[in-house]
Amino acid sequence: MDFRWDLIIRSMPVLLEGAWVTVKLTTIAVTIGLVIGTFVGMARTSKNKIVYGIASVYVDFIRGTPLLVQIFLVYMGLPQLLGFPIPVWIAAITSLGVNSGAYVAEIVRAGIQSIDRGQVEAARSLGMTHRQTMRYIILPQAFKRIIPPLGNEFIAMLKDSSLVAVISLEELMRKGQIIQTRTFRPFEIYLAVAVLYLIMTLTISRLVAFAERRLKTE
Amino acid sequence: MITVKNLHKRFGNLHVLKGVSNHVEQGEVVVVIGPSGSGKSTFLRCLNLLEEPDEGEVWVDGVQVNMPGVNINKVREEVGMVFQHFNLFPHKTALENITLAPIKVRGWDKKEAEAYAYELLDKVGLRDKARVYPDQLSGGQKQRVAIARALAMKPKVMLFDEPTSALDPEMIGEVLDVMKKLAKEGMTMVVVTHEMGFAREVGDRVLFMDEGFIIEENTPAELFTNPQNPRTQSFLSKIL
Repeated sequence: MDFRWDLIIRSMPVLLEGAWVTVKLTTIAVTIGLVIGTFVGMARTSKNKIVYGIASVYVDFIRGTPLLVQIFLVYMGLPQLLGFPIPVWIAAITSLGVNSGAYVAEIVRAGIQSIDRGQVEAARSLGMTHRQTMRYIILPQAFKRIIPPLGNEFIAMLKDSSLVAVISLEELMRKGQIIQTRTFRPFEIYLAVAVLYLIMTLTISRLVAFAERRLKTE
Repeated sequence: MITVKNLHKRFGNLHVLKGVSNHVEQGEVVVVIGPSGSGKSTFLRCLNLLEEPDEGEVWVDGVQVNMPGVNINKVREEVGMVFQHFNLFPHKTALENITLAPIKVRGWDKKEAEAYAYELLDKVGLRDKARVYPDQLSGGQKQRVAIARALAMKPKVMLFDEPTSALDPEMIGEVLDVMKKLAKEGMTMVVVTHEMGFAREVGDRVLFMDEGFIIEENTPAELFTNPQNPRTQSFLSKIL
């Protein structure tokens, strides 16, 4: 059995190009997820039944259906409704971002609920509105606490983003597929792809651990 | 300053307040005592609507506050509260704890709020702790910052919910001293506490609560030396 190191080395520039797309895609998706997740997470702690209900339907739908189906719904389903095609980049960012939002929402909800009730009571007894209490008291403390699970969400999203290869967005996984169909050397190519994903996820988990330590000593 | 009429509060099947009425004059220091589960904390928390009364009326400074349409935040600006577990904001320094509400709620500018915060830190003897985070303060210091935080809103009334119950014995004195100072300055205060010495020294009136009622009320001298109700007698005999 031979192992073609040279193939891995020659594919590296293209794979790295794909990895960079993966990083950008994931970062944008999780950023969108953070914005959606913050609001939906707050809505999931709301006493207003309608607000809570809408947020819950969103979270349940996203978490209860496969991401691959969601990607197809956005990329192929939405154009049918809208009457015009959606660029693949937009479809990828939208489906991953909306998906991430549901998971981030649950993290944010848990973070908010982990803050002692006395914090809300102290803030409200000083005359702060619900919104001010959230903004100045609850969310800053909650976000500090949820950095580790948010890091995990980023890692999960980075791996899940490989699914958009099916709509031909040329991120790391898709680049690997393209090279593989030309070389017929799936072992070397997908091993290289796997190692690149591993390097990225390990780097992120280190960064998160570092950030966590920094915030703790602050 | 505060009038309460026929206040009822239930938590599920638990009837905690069963018709409490009272009136607190401006400048008066009222101490609420009673066994645990008697409803004294719930009564206090109804005064700034941290608990919503099920029945009855709460009037603060001439306004009925438990009415639909009343801006409860406006009411709370005038009613400071100090908690058993301090509830300082752990992500903010002592100074920021004190200035946050004046800046965000009252709309003072930062300089003005900080100047007043330092004045209050002087009053509670903690000027040197202004830049320190709560987790570096002792329990007594935390509670004194919490009192300064409540005072920063220039409230008309101060509510104290067992302010020394979570403190080590050697720290109780420093907190009570601050409260005594406040009482002497004429602050209207409602204090739920087990500190009978404090009640005797600065209380104008003591309310004894049991099982959701105010059973007996009198001046501290009268109530402590000559309790009328058997339940008051039994309670006092256990703690004095």
